[in-house]
Amino acid sequence: MKFACRCCDLKKEYVLKSETVRALRGVTFDVPEGDYVAIMGPSGSGKSTLLNMLGCLDKPSSGSLFLGEDDVAKMNDDQLAEIRSRRIGFVFQSYNLIQQLTVVENIQVPLIYQGRLGRKEHERCEELAAMVGLGDRLSHRPAQLSGGQQQRVAIARSLVNDPYFMLADEPTGNLDSRTTEEILQLFERLNQEGRTIILVTHEDEVSKRAKRVVRLKDGLVQWDKQNSEETREEAARYAIENMPVEV
Amino acid sequence: MIWLRTIQLSIKNLGLHPLRSLLTVLGILIGIASVIWALAITKGMGDEARKQVESLGADTIIVRSIKPPPEKLSTQGITPYGLTREEFDMLVRTISTIKSAIPIREIRRQFQFESHTMDGRLVGCTPEYADVNKLKVARGHFISEAEGFNRDTSCVLAHKVAERLFPVQDPIGKRIYMPESTDYYTVVGILEPKTASAAIGGSLSAQDFSSDIYIPIQTLQQRIGDMIRRQAGTSFEYETLELNQITLRVSSVSDVKRTAALIEEALANHNRMEDISISVPLELLEQARTQQVMYMVLGLFIAAISLGVGGIGIMNIMLATVTERTREIGIRRALGAKRSDIVRQFLIETSVLSIFGGLSGILIGFLCGPTINAVRAFAEWYAPKTIAQLPEVIREVQPQILFESIPIAFYISLMVGILFGIYPAMRAAKMSPIEALRHE
Repeated sequence: MKFACRCCDLKKEYVLKSETVRALRGVTFDVPEGDYVAIMGPSGSGKSTLLNMLGCLDKPSSGSLFLGEDDVAKMNDDQLAEIRSRRIGFVFQSYNLIQQLTVVENIQVPLIYQGRLGRKEHERCEELAAMVGLGDRLSHRPAQLSGGQQQRVAIARSLVNDPYFMLADEPTGNLDSRTTEEILQLFERLNQEGRTIILVTHEDEVSKRAKRVVRLKDGLVQWDKQNSEETREEAARYAIENMPVEV
Repeated sequence: MIWLRTIQLSIKNLGLHPLRSLLTVLGILIGIASVIWALAITKGMGDEARKQVESLGADTIIVRSIKPPPEKLSTQGITPYGLTREEFDMLVRTISTIKSAIPIREIRRQFQFESHTMDGRLVGCTPEYADVNKLKVARGHFISEAEGFNRDTSCVLAHKVAERLFPVQDPIGKRIYMPESTDYYTVVGILEPKTASAAIGGSLSAQDFSSDIYIPIQTLQQRIGDMIRRQAGTSFEYETLELNQITLRVSSVSDVKRTAALIEEALANHNRMEDISISVPLELLEQARTQQVMYMVLGLFIAAISLGVGGIGIMNIMLATVTERTREIGIRRALGAKRSDIVRQFLIETSVLSIFGGLSGILIGFLCGPTINAVRAFAEWYAPKTIAQLPEVIREVQPQILFESIPIAFYISLMVGILFGIYPAMRAAKMSPIEALRHE
């Protein structure tokens, strides 16, 4: 089995005003390729720290984190940036599109930092925009789009570099239930196409839609279990049936 | 490729706040414009001074008589003053480096021909005078050695005199009447128009050659003499003066200063009257050069201050921009931008800003000449007296834009952009992507 990422006894400590905060105290889990993992946990559980680690925005204090063959823990700042631009697809809660840029230009950003941006790449960006249903809004700016549309641009952007995995941080946190459903269905579709997705959330409804849930508590893995097909289908059905109706 | 995109992006970003960008650029614009102006004006002044000195000749020494202050003149009778023919002979005979010498006597006179009259300057001189002062003969000839020797009453008219007294007739061969000395002079030549020579450095006054009549100095001495009677109101004023000026030419430019010192020594006994002055155009040229350098230093100093202020303005705005765009920096870092990419982005942005300032400064720099002329025209209309008192250089200077100053100005603006952009760019790059993403 090939792994998108493997965490091995990940530890992270911060020093905050002479007090050491142990945010992660030894987290170990693997994400095989094609998996759809929801990471859950209350605030203070180390969720964000793990997310930063997985996103190569931060390095562990000890332990190792393998993305493909590379140990992130041993990389310097530039190498981390390199791996972010090539191997990771970020999706954020607040979309984090660059306001000055158009839809296509936003999707292109990771490619700019890889230094490749030819006609072929440009076409790929347009295809991705079309895939997330924004083929007719290529030169719109983020401010001209709804939240759901912006999040779809972000998803297209996260796929542009063909990443090891998509890393979604509360991707539906700012969206209403209808749009949430659209985004979750998009994730499901992408996962069926073979994309690996790691999704951080605190909503049970969202985590139930993933294949697997890893729950953190106090910087440790509390439990790690597979969602059965029934659970996932039921959650999807429930979400659709209980959609609020406009009168 | 990435550079091109970053430049495009910078222009786009700056275009989002056009007023802010414009104001930021203003400091650089003024600085660059003043660099160009300072260089252009000093170059213009230098050219002007050089032209003036060249018109006098770098190998000449000019000794002039000055009317002494009244308290130095005796109250009774008429005190002779100024250079004498004896001194002239003495200088020519004793100083071997002198190649040639021209004695000059100038008298204000009224000229008449038939019903036309005009006031002008009657100049007694030798044939070389035309050569030294670069006077060109339009028709006829300048006064000759023979005419001087014979004390002929031949005269040569300057351009304006010929025009005024002979609006229709041919002046050559006609006789001009000078009522003050009841004398007639026959016109033998007419000069081409000549622009007035300008004063330099204050010690040599401007000379207007346009309303002169030239006659041999020997003729002048014989027919008018040394004593001049001038009517002042109801009474007469008398003045005795042998020579107004001696223009000396030295055989080689390197001897000019030593010769001037010798002349000064030879004429030492004149000092108690304080009635002569020795001007050396070469020294004036050197003075003018020193002055030019001083003006240039001053101008560049002002430009440097302005560029510094402009640079600080840019830095200030870029720091604000970095804070404002913290989130964007976070996003870019998360999506794979290295620190160096962020540094580049902000450095390019400040450079674009300052190059834009520099280029518009260069454009404003080109307006130097027209602007100065316009200001001068306005000042002459508004306060003609004040302007007339200003030194010739300021009234006449035509700025010359130095071609080299354009690339220099361009590089300076680029340098200012980079210099003052480094700190904000580093600050942007140093931010942790996690913190930056969290920034609201």
